[in-house]
Amino acid sequence: MGILDFLKRKPEATANVARERLRIIVAQERSTRGAPDYLPMMRNELLEVIKKYVHVDLEAISINFERDSGHEILELSVTLPEAQAKQTAKQAAKGEVRTG
Amino acid sequence: MTAEIIVVTSGKGGVGKTTTSASLATGLAMAGKKTAVIDFDVGLRNLDLIMGCERRVVYDFVNVVNDEATLKQSLIKDKRYDNLFVLAASQTRDKDALTQEGVEKVLDGLSEMDFDYVVCDSPAGIEKGAHLAMYFADHAVVVVNPEVSSVRDSDRILGLLASKTRRAEKGEGPVIQHLLLTRYNPARVAIGEMLSVKDVEEILGIEVVGVIPESENVLTASNNGIPVIVDVNSHAGQAYSDTVARILGEERPLRFVEVPKKGFLQRVFGG
Repeated sequence: MGILDFLKRKPEATANVARERLRIIVAQERSTRGAPDYLPMMRNELLEVIKKYVHVDLEAISINFERDSGHEILELSVTLPEAQAKQTAKQAAKGEVRTG
Repeated sequence: MTAEIIVVTSGKGGVGKTTTSASLATGLAMAGKKTAVIDFDVGLRNLDLIMGCERRVVYDFVNVVNDEATLKQSLIKDKRYDNLFVLAASQTRDKDALTQEGVEKVLDGLSEMDFDYVVCDSPAGIEKGAHLAMYFADHAVVVVNPEVSSVRDSDRILGLLASKTRRAEKGEGPVIQHLLLTRYNPARVAIGEMLSVKDVEEILGIEVVGVIPESENVLTASNNGIPVIVDVNSHAGQAYSDTVARILGEERPLRFVEVPKKGFLQRVFGG
């Protein structure tokens, strides 16, 4: 590439973006590799049930599937919303400052 | 003696599977190994064109499976190397033309004919054809381009190789995986436009067995029906030779992965 080409050219270093996106998606796909196909559907249905009682969104449910010799483990965890708890905690903290 | 079975696969189409199968098989033959290369892409036969034997196809893979022809009748002897043979894909539209038993019969037949290596050129995708191409493999060459969709698909293929093969199912030890990076452009890597060898190795957690530079010689070779490895003056051909040597156990440093250094005048005036 000569000086003229160099001045004309504005390379975009997008390889970094590609690398980061791939790291995330490959890790995510590996974690569910070999897991049954019904998992995403089951996750959505579970979400509907949980929503009846607590307000959570899809990200709050994580499903982990592990295969050991002879048995399979389906691990389901639901992160309950902390928003309300946090808010009351914050208010309490503020209150303390005021009173203090 | 049983033949070593090598599948050339990728998941994504158009990354260089057939180009690689042709050069790998030819390279093994050049190294003195009796080699057969089989096109598993039923309905979309193409290996014959890349190998330059398209006008000599009489019987194909499915004919052998269905006992309509013998292996001996169906194997096409290469023009350049007399220890190299091509088994063409069938042009039938019947997707179920190949069966696991049929493929096993053909592979066993090749072992009985004292073949050292059988290279299986997989179709794209993860459907039946791709599954059958990898099922009996001892080695897998996973062809990947430095591009997001290709890298992701090859990770999926690596997963399948670890679970959906005879070796995996029978606990006979893993299929030996070789990652082959093709269409590599060191100049674009240098300015951050393309994933580097290291990036791809880190994302997939496996070292490359070779890096084939993007090269106009690949198209020229396919135009002529001559595997690019035969073009010993081309960088792509030399990179394939190195790759074959590494698969055969030799250690060779990677070539053509850096931008060639230019002289002062070239740098100033371009070219």
